[in-house]
Amino acid sequence: MPDRGRRRAAIRDELVTLSHGAGGKATRDLVEALFVHELGNDALAPLGDSAVLAGIEGRLALTTDAYVVRPLSFPGGDIGELAVNGTVNDLAVVGARPLWLTAGFVLEEGFPISELRGLVGTMAAAARAAGVAVAAGDTKVVERGRADGLYVTTAGVGVLDHGLALTPAAVQPGDRVLLSGTLADHGMAVMLARGELALESEIESDTAPVHELAASLVRLGDELRWMRDPTRGGLATALNELVAASGLTVRIDEAALPVRPAVAAACEILGIDPLYVANEGKLIAVVAPGAEERALAALRTHATGSESVAIGTVEAVGADDEPFVLLDTALGGARIVDLMVGDPLPRIC
Amino acid sequence: MRFVDEYRDPAVARALSAEIHALVADTGTVRIMEVCGGHTHAIYRHGLEDLLPPEIELVHGPGCPVCVIPMGRVDDAIAIAETGGVTLATFGDMMRVPGGRGSLLEAKARGADVRMVYSPLDALALARREPDRHVCFFAIGFETTAPATAITLRRAREEGAANFSVFCNHVLIEPPLRAILETPGLRVDAFVGPGHVSSVIGSDRYSFIPEEYGRPVVVSAFEPVDLLQAIAMLVRQRAEGRCEVENQYTRVVRPDGNPRALEAIAETMEERDDFEWRGVGVLPRSALRVREPFARWDAERLFTIPGARIEDPKACRCGEVLTGQIKPWECGVFGTACTPEQPLGTCMVSSEGACAAYFSYGRARRRREEAPVGA
Repeated sequence: MPDRGRRRAAIRDELVTLSHGAGGKATRDLVEALFVHELGNDALAPLGDSAVLAGIEGRLALTTDAYVVRPLSFPGGDIGELAVNGTVNDLAVVGARPLWLTAGFVLEEGFPISELRGLVGTMAAAARAAGVAVAAGDTKVVERGRADGLYVTTAGVGVLDHGLALTPAAVQPGDRVLLSGTLADHGMAVMLARGELALESEIESDTAPVHELAASLVRLGDELRWMRDPTRGGLATALNELVAASGLTVRIDEAALPVRPAVAAACEILGIDPLYVANEGKLIAVVAPGAEERALAALRTHATGSESVAIGTVEAVGADDEPFVLLDTALGGARIVDLMVGDPLPRIC
Repeated sequence: MRFVDEYRDPAVARALSAEIHALVADTGTVRIMEVCGGHTHAIYRHGLEDLLPPEIELVHGPGCPVCVIPMGRVDDAIAIAETGGVTLATFGDMMRVPGGRGSLLEAKARGADVRMVYSPLDALALARREPDRHVCFFAIGFETTAPATAITLRRAREEGAANFSVFCNHVLIEPPLRAILETPGLRVDAFVGPGHVSSVIGSDRYSFIPEEYGRPVVVSAFEPVDLLQAIAMLVRQRAEGRCEVENQYTRVVRPDGNPRALEAIAETMEERDDFEWRGVGVLPRSALRVREPFARWDAERLFTIPGARIEDPKACRCGEVLTGQIKPWECGVFGTACTPEQPLGTCMVSSEGACAAYFSYGRARRRREEAPVGA
């Protein structure tokens, strides 16, 4: 960073104060000594009103997501990592190569600077791991009691290096539904990390970028139909969205659904269906039937996809019928997997 | 998962299914009511009806503790929650239940302090942590959950808790069973008895059903293999011309129940003269209230409670669904004016309710049942 003769920025405060959001010296110190120090890159460093990004050719993908998880840190991750991976994954599943992120922080007065530095640090590490750079950012501070410590909003830009249209309209009867690993790890890890349930376990969030998994499926060409990361609302919600948008039924096999034993046990005790619990490092893909084995092999070459499995099939809907997500139960019965009705589950992402 | 997987074993389920198929050749149609909402939920979640022959007709009973709370009581809870300085603590599935003035979730959005807890003891702990607030626990449930409330009342007395109370809505299992059994035109031949309630009250308490009403009962646990076994036991009774109370849930339920739990209930609570049941009506001596020695922790004595009665919507036919006279989808408002998002009647309120379970899990099956023969 070129030094134009200003004093070197440093933060002496231990806690975030309203002056850190006032736009003056304290704001500059926080931005330079903490955010730029941790996240620094060529696009962010000039600290202009906008980052100017050069040399992107092709269709762009643009997404944004807000993160309000409580607690801010949980086994397997924290809000900083989540805010990068979540947005990277939203780009990845439309077939884009993630390039740039922005990050907006709403800080509550009194938030410890050291904790903020830790969270921005994991954010930086997650960005490096996902091959993206945080090119622009903003910080606001609100009075104590007006926010829950820290909220983060990230936006992301990615580029599509191919001509595929990965939309529900591309999905056809007979296509196979693949899942890149176990269900419900993130949601249950966060729920238990709140310490309100008097349950102890070693469940860890699965937060991870899925861009490499997605890129390896994009290489299948038009045998790849559609992808989604099953975050809030879980697998059930993502598949219901596919059913609603495609007009086709998706039939999944309960016995094929991978759930870690500790997660299954926690869900059982709390009466929660793992189908509806959030994942933060998983991918659902619909592929042509002939590409199933190649797709699974490609996914399994990555550590985050080593437990990939086929979980179901897309089916046509009869003339007088309506499309559903159907589950063949392990016992040989069948049932609908409907959209969840707004149960008051805790904030998990 | 140990203690669960063995009760979800597909091979065992298939064997029981085959046994039931063989038995109905002798008995013909058997209409079985599972009393408990937990059973209803398990039947749908595991797709158990697909393993049963068409001769077995399941009727989903009234045993969903959230569903039976009348709208007026929800309004009472909201009135308590909206009292200054009061935190209302309740089970999560009670939050969404609509009263005449909306749900607790909506009251929370308007500014009332409503919090979700997993047990009444958690509510008491909350009162201890926040001594400046009064924490009122919205107690619901059958004899299953009443012991936990009873133990919490005892502990509140031991601690001399000054900022804690219980809004008692505990209900009893026998009165609604009798009301159902006395319904003219009842279409139920046999009962799967509730599991958790029975662990408290004991399986002997159902002997009035075979003795006075001539229908067999099998108390069952909640896993799919348990339920199939209970159904097989009921059909076998019929095939062998027996009519008695049997216990499938022997790993938990004893004939005389849990004496210490019953003692705790008896010490802290007593029967009310009557109580309104959503979808069923007012039933005498069907619910519990806090006893006089625990008056200091009784929300009904501490707060001014509106106590208004709100009629169930006219279009709602929950009463007929609960007595097996119609199937959920035969109700005119099922799936249209009455859905899990906007429930009109009790059976649509929680996922354990007959209509909600059917709406969420079973709609695809109905197409097969209604399809013309040979289609």
